[in-house]
Amino acid sequence: MASFVKFTINGKTCLAEEGAQLVEAAKENGIYIPTLCNYPGIPPKGSCRICTVLVNGIGQTACTTKVVEGMTVQTSTPELEEFRKSVIEILFAEGNHLCPSCEKSGSCELQALAYRYRVTVPHFPYLFPKRDVEAWHPKLVKDHNRCIQCKRCIRGIRNGKGQALFAFGKRGDKVVINIDPETSRDISDALAQEAMDMCPVGAILRKEKGFDVPIGKRKFDRQPIGSDIQA
Amino acid sequence: MDKIVTAVIKKYGGDETRLMDILIDIQDELGCLSHETTAHIAKALGIPQVDVEQTISFYHFFAREPRGKFTVYLNDSVVAEFCGRAAVQAAFEAAAGCQFGAVSRDGVIGLFHTACIGMSDQEPAALINGQVFTKLTPARAQELVAGMRAGQTLEELKGKKYGDGENANPRVRALVENHIRRRGVMVFDAYQPGAALRKVVTMSSGEIIAMVKAASVRGRGGAGFPTGMKWEFARKAPGDVKYIFCNADEGEPGTFKDRVILTEHPQLVFEGMAIAGYAVGARHGILYVRNEYRYLRAYLEHVLAEMREKTLLGAIIAGKAGFHFDIKLQFGAGAYVCGEESALIESAEGKRGEPRDRPPFPVEKGYLQKPTVVNNVETLCSVVKVLLHGAEWYNRLGTEESKGTKVLSVSGDCERPGIYEVAWGFSVNDILKMAGAHATQAVQVGGPSGSCIGPAEFGRVLAYEDLATGGSLIIIGQQRDLLKDVVLNFTKFFRDESCGSCVPCRALTGMAQIVVERIIAGHGSAQDVANLQAWAAIRKRNRCGLGQTALNPIVTTIRNFRPLYDARLYKGDERFEPGFDLAAAVKDYEAAVASA
Repeated sequence: MASFVKFTINGKTCLAEEGAQLVEAAKENGIYIPTLCNYPGIPPKGSCRICTVLVNGIGQTACTTKVVEGMTVQTSTPELEEFRKSVIEILFAEGNHLCPSCEKSGSCELQALAYRYRVTVPHFPYLFPKRDVEAWHPKLVKDHNRCIQCKRCIRGIRNGKGQALFAFGKRGDKVVINIDPETSRDISDALAQEAMDMCPVGAILRKEKGFDVPIGKRKFDRQPIGSDIQA
Repeated sequence: MDKIVTAVIKKYGGDETRLMDILIDIQDELGCLSHETTAHIAKALGIPQVDVEQTISFYHFFAREPRGKFTVYLNDSVVAEFCGRAAVQAAFEAAAGCQFGAVSRDGVIGLFHTACIGMSDQEPAALINGQVFTKLTPARAQELVAGMRAGQTLEELKGKKYGDGENANPRVRALVENHIRRRGVMVFDAYQPGAALRKVVTMSSGEIIAMVKAASVRGRGGAGFPTGMKWEFARKAPGDVKYIFCNADEGEPGTFKDRVILTEHPQLVFEGMAIAGYAVGARHGILYVRNEYRYLRAYLEHVLAEMREKTLLGAIIAGKAGFHFDIKLQFGAGAYVCGEESALIESAEGKRGEPRDRPPFPVEKGYLQKPTVVNNVETLCSVVKVLLHGAEWYNRLGTEESKGTKVLSVSGDCERPGIYEVAWGFSVNDILKMAGAHATQAVQVGGPSGSCIGPAEFGRVLAYEDLATGGSLIIIGQQRDLLKDVVLNFTKFFRDESCGSCVPCRALTGMAQIVVERIIAGHGSAQDVANLQAWAAIRKRNRCGLGQTALNPIVTTIRNFRPLYDARLYKGDERFEPGFDLAAAVKDYEAAVASA
């Protein structure tokens, strides 16, 4: 049997399996920690930094933190909330995000977080990067304008042989997600759908498929992100 | 191409964790790593092509297309600019007939920018096909291009005026000068290779660690972590296979001490690694050296071979049964962030140099997931001397919290740039005096990731408890435009060198650059300055030191040189703070209306 540990989040005593990911442990205890690059079931990366919390007073990403006995966690100080809002704003200003024309509107996590954090006008200079839309792949479209480089697709999507389909290219503010022509050659519709669903934004889309659910009736249109865990 | 790729991959046993070595060797042979070559490498290693490409495209010195028979990488650091780099660039371009970032039409000359190459005491400097050319002038640039076109070899282009000390060693033959201005007892005094090792083998690993702890040796890379504690963690970490890394990836602009130490006393560094291996229980050492210092390769390999012959490395070291330790060289390929220890480990594993999340720390899970110690070059030198002379001797030098000496790389506006080994506790004023600096406006302490201080703080001392530093001091004279010549250059540097993983580092640095450019152009507002300061809170949430310090050039100059910012802010209508030049933006319209 797994052993359970006691710890506190925002002063509330919590119980979770020892070694559980802090994001999941908080969720089980009814506390929402916003995430963006994190995705259940794939190795965490801690790159978007949105899930930063204070563990025993020190800033750490909750997706890469495991719970241990007696740890004190604060998830929601004014500074942390301001920081999260800033990260969301930075992501909007960094890429080219035109929600009204995006297939993912309503099921986009970045958009949903922007609503939750009441983002209006970003306080950061727009970069207006020149980015491509890649449509050579038979089943996938990669719209680099919307990519937030969270690496979910890199970490989570594998073909039948266990090989990666996606990888980073370049570095710094020029990083780009590349699709491998060989390993992605014969992917199934199901895998293409999985890649699209795993993408938190509208950067990976399936070809010849879209708008099955009308805008206005999608996941976050009905229910704000995180509200299933904590209002 | 096929044969070369196959042979190189065979040489490294088809091991994908040796991808850096594989790529470096193949590029040496083929000049670049083209799409076809990459596909072939991926196939031979049995990994996706995008995985090979993600490593290649991370590193500045890996080329996807030919970069010319002679590839010139001209340093564009702040100090190079101080020393007249712009005129050298213009001369190269005029003579070669192409701009920087391109190859001449005849394919002979490729001109490229590169970040600090560790020659700040002899700028402007460039790497040409891996060899260093220092103190360049427009005339010399012209001469070099003419020589390249006339079919001269690299050695002929270099000439025979080699630098001092081991720079003139037949295995080095570098035009580089050491400029050791002040010798201290820790690194640059006389030393008998092997003496410390012969003493070490009479001690237990616990005794060695206790001695290093008693001496309070702290890491010299800048963070100052206690070395003895690091070794103890690694020794206690479970596992048979452990690694000792020496971090010689000094990429902090203005820093060049490791280059000089590796040129003059590589034995000292290797001996320090072997001692670390003995203390930790590691058999494998890896010296990770930045690509810019590859001209030292043959020399360092020879030193290693000599030490093996003298049984100071290899099996049964210093006659001690069971003491096996050997060292290999690992070269980088141009990425500042690899100086961060976990990024360095990733790079040594053949991957992109993206820092890892901690925990786990490298001492628990490092290289190939095994317990790994990463120590700075200078730290390892200090350890050898501690073992030779004792903790008490070591503790006599320095200050309360900073024991021993520090090797400083001093550059910029002064008469005697170079290497100064001083005990901790010297003030900035002391260094300025020794270096012959006059009319100093500011000193950049610890490189761009450190802080920029003004005369009011020149009385502060170099020590972990006051001005902590990895060892670089860039002296900035009063004639310099601090914002344009220094802050903007450093900010661009951090933008280029971000690994791109953490959002605030990847995007915010470029955003800060936009705002600084706006201020320099005279369109900035007081709100812009306030924003830049506020962004400091955001960047500290990045994963690694690069991300956390990327805005330091801006933040520390706003703190210490606020009037320089205020003087450039827009002074028009006080109620209105424009983000751009309105008159210039509507110039065409005004002209059209006027002519109508």
